[in-house]
Amino acid sequence: MSEKDNWPLWEIFIQSKPGLNHKHVGSLHAPDAEMAIENARDVYTRRSEGISIWVVPANAISASSPEDEGSFYEPSNDKVYRHPTFYEIPDGVKYL
Amino acid sequence: MEDEKHLENFQNYVDAEKKIEPKDWMPEAYRKTLIRQISQHAHSEVVGMLPEANWITRAPSLRRKVILLAKVQDEAGHGLYLYSAAETLGADRQMLVEQLLDGTAKYSSIFNYPTVTWADMGAIGWLVDGAAIMNQVMLTRTSYGPYARAMVRICKEESFHQRQGYEAITALAQGSPEQKEMAQDALNRWWWPSLMMFGPTDDNSPNSQQSMKWKIKRKSNDELRQEFVDRTVGQAEAIGLTIPDPDLKWNEETGHYEFGEINWDEFYNVIKGNGPCNRERLKARNEAHDNGEWVREAANAYAKKKKSKAA
Repeated sequence: MSEKDNWPLWEIFIQSKPGLNHKHVGSLHAPDAEMAIENARDVYTRRSEGISIWVVPANAISASSPEDEGSFYEPSNDKVYRHPTFYEIPDGVKYL
Repeated sequence: MEDEKHLENFQNYVDAEKKIEPKDWMPEAYRKTLIRQISQHAHSEVVGMLPEANWITRAPSLRRKVILLAKVQDEAGHGLYLYSAAETLGADRQMLVEQLLDGTAKYSSIFNYPTVTWADMGAIGWLVDGAAIMNQVMLTRTSYGPYARAMVRICKEESFHQRQGYEAITALAQGSPEQKEMAQDALNRWWWPSLMMFGPTDDNSPNSQQSMKWKIKRKSNDELRQEFVDRTVGQAEAIGLTIPDPDLKWNEETGHYEFGEINWDEFYNVIKGNGPCNRERLKARNEAHDNGEWVREAANAYAKKKKSKAA
């Protein structure tokens, strides 16, 4: 397999309008970041889906492991006092 | 490795209508089935550009031409969303492309039929995209997350494809006697191959059951085919065209149309590679790939040059 057939994979993130987060939409292959952005425009924004594009080399992304899901997030599960609904407020008190 | 416990957990997870994501444990057969199905789907989008590209230069108006260009570009995009989904399962893009080019991979048989008149552009959008939509709407709820998400994007775009096709064939059906004849002829040729797009009957579709259990599929081939017929008959009647099936009749009791026997010999023959255009499509796809070689080389040279300048 030659180099030209093996362009790196880029993960594509699109911001749909000002004020919103960039959101993952998929991936594509391109020789470099600039061409990845141009390709992402053609592949993922043909109907005004975005105003800003991020491209990230797929191999630069590290991810948590699904098997650890339970224990990994466990430490916050018993901390109900982090939620506003934990607190009791006298009836009739407003704006809290 | 694939002990009972893992399989059971997996099935429970799927039964709970949760989506499987790329890093989740999955049975090898689930992974293989999906890679095969998603890549065949991607190849179909890519090969599907060919019959329609045939008419871009001869579209009857600038309006029809820009529409057709946009549609064909969408098909390329759909192929890319799907290849990208297949890669999340560990498939290698280059290998998938090679399997298409060397003829070992399958794609939808419908694209092995020729587009001989302009009316075929209408019939394809209306019937072929219409049939594809039935399948793809179901797949927006498939159990594999990246596939389902790609389908959501695709379905949004397919609706334009079907409507533009129906509009184009309507224009012919309401035109001169010759134009109307052309529209009817296109319907005659595309009707049965469109019904074949849903695949073999349920009792001849051995893999379907497992796919249903894993919620890759959610409706059987025959169910989807029936839904398509039920929806489409009225659309033909509305523009004065006749479905080419003498056995077609409304069944008051079931609330469905009954339709005639599909020619399954033709279906299997086209799958085996003996359809009217199988060789032509592969040849065209290979030529397009070879003719694009210089573009890929130029892109590499450009990337390399920029990198060395930056260094």
